[in-house]
Amino acid sequence: MDTATSLETQIARWRDYVHRHRAIAPADVDEMEDHLRERVADLTATGLDDDEAFLVAVKRLGRLDSVSREFAREHSERLWKQLVLVPDGPDGDGSPAARRELAVVLALAVGAGVAVKLGATFWDETVLLRNVGLLVAPFLAGYLAWKRRLTGRTLGALGAAFVALGVVLNAYPFDPAGSTAALAAVHAPVVLWALVGLAYAGGGWRSADRRMDFVRFTGELAVYLVLIALGSAVLVGLTFGLLGLVGVDLEPVLERWLMPFGVPGALLVAAWLVEAKQEVVENIAPVLTRVFTPLTTVMLVVSFGVLVSAGGLTTVDRELLILLDAVLVLVLALLLYSISARDPLARPGLFDGLQLAMVVAALAVDAVALTAMLTRIAEFGASPNKVAALGLNLLLAVHLVRSGWLTLGFCRRRRGFAALERWHTSYLPVYAVWAAVVVVVFPPVFGFS
Amino acid sequence: MHIDKDLVAASATPLVLGILAEGESYGYAIAKRVADLSGGHMEWTDGMLYPLLHRLERNGLIEASWGRSPAGRRRKHYAITLAGREALAERRAQWEVVSAALTQAWEAVARPVPSGPAAAGGLA
Repeated sequence: MDTATSLETQIARWRDYVHRHRAIAPADVDEMEDHLRERVADLTATGLDDDEAFLVAVKRLGRLDSVSREFAREHSERLWKQLVLVPDGPDGDGSPAARRELAVVLALAVGAGVAVKLGATFWDETVLLRNVGLLVAPFLAGYLAWKRRLTGRTLGALGAAFVALGVVLNAYPFDPAGSTAALAAVHAPVVLWALVGLAYAGGGWRSADRRMDFVRFTGELAVYLVLIALGSAVLVGLTFGLLGLVGVDLEPVLERWLMPFGVPGALLVAAWLVEAKQEVVENIAPVLTRVFTPLTTVMLVVSFGVLVSAGGLTTVDRELLILLDAVLVLVLALLLYSISARDPLARPGLFDGLQLAMVVAALAVDAVALTAMLTRIAEFGASPNKVAALGLNLLLAVHLVRSGWLTLGFCRRRRGFAALERWHTSYLPVYAVWAAVVVVVFPPVFGFS
Repeated sequence: MHIDKDLVAASATPLVLGILAEGESYGYAIAKRVADLSGGHMEWTDGMLYPLLHRLERNGLIEASWGRSPAGRRRKHYAITLAGREALAERRAQWEVVSAALTQAWEAVARPVPSGPAAAGGLA
């Protein structure tokens, strides 16, 4: 009995080991296990004990690396992880759960499209622009909430937040030409995205891991959106050309129907793709960060040189601040995505040094421009735009200074990687809070101008 | 006697097709049959049999179906197809030409070592 169980353990261990070879599918392991057991049975019949028989049988199967290579040659597609949109169930039909999910996504995509279309019909352009995120985000959050089976309480809180944001955006007596309305329109999507994040985390928003997952989700979503947009552009361009030949102008249809339905639809489909392929394809956003980190550092160093030597920074106004914010956001995104994909246990290497260099360069550029800006604000007073841009700049600077400091500590092996990760994930909600402040507090403070 | 790797590889397909032409079979039984037929001289790495079977299956020369072993384990059975029989006939003709040419060429010279030519004969 004992020898039988030890044989079973050994076979289980062997299966486990074979499973790690991606070219060998589970069905192949079954097939080879049958072979192994037959061989063991034949060998024990000739007088070997189970252990010896198992050793000989495994040896006769051959070196797993070469067998796996042979499998890979025959089944090269297995080395490419495949995205199965509607995975086959055991009977060869698509599984009902996957079909249901696809149906839910498509229904929500149409729902978001209808919402945007209605908004476009009944609102003028500025009101629509301020509200467009609010028309789409609940559908995306709804999909995630459905997928995560959120509790009634979380759902209620999310719904209340959406409603509150809607009330603020539409009940405030904004001056149509004023900048607080524009600021609210720009910052509302950040608040909305934080709400989507709450739905994504499924109540576990306090967990650093879930937040990092949401960061990954955001990056992949952006990549998918860009790809879908490129594909759609090609498709629409070709259709334009074809219909143009027979004198049909597609432009009104494009504006009135394709855009309102296509863009929200693309967002939901992209979200669904990210969810569906989570474990299927390597993440692409971190790969892009590897490419762009050194390039961004070079760009920053050049900008620093030009800014310092040019001197005349006082002539530029908030455009400078906005550009700077964009640069810092870019640097931060590069940092965040490489951290999201980094093996936390790996030792500090060249790339961590590169990142540190990038952070230092970004902060140097920021310091130069910020001094110029502050003297200018002191001279000419504050406007809502300047305060909003400056506030964001300060938030970003704090974020970067601390992560630069922690990266330095990590590179000098004074600190673990976890400290850096934790800093990033715990700082992220600050942006949502700031955006909420700009949307909710700024307009009354600056008299809705 | 050790048989050259390339020779084993070249003979693997006609050998498997020939065994399956005798009747449906499965991996381990095929491996055992190969050992029997070659008097134990053709040592395959057992694991390599499966990628080969899958290739033949993909090329439509054999068909696979999942069944159960007497002990109740999942077992994949293979059977030769019509295309497989045609391929086998063609391979067989080729091997016969090669074998006949070798035999004639070697008739002229004295046999270098005293071991038997069984493997070459058994492969056709």
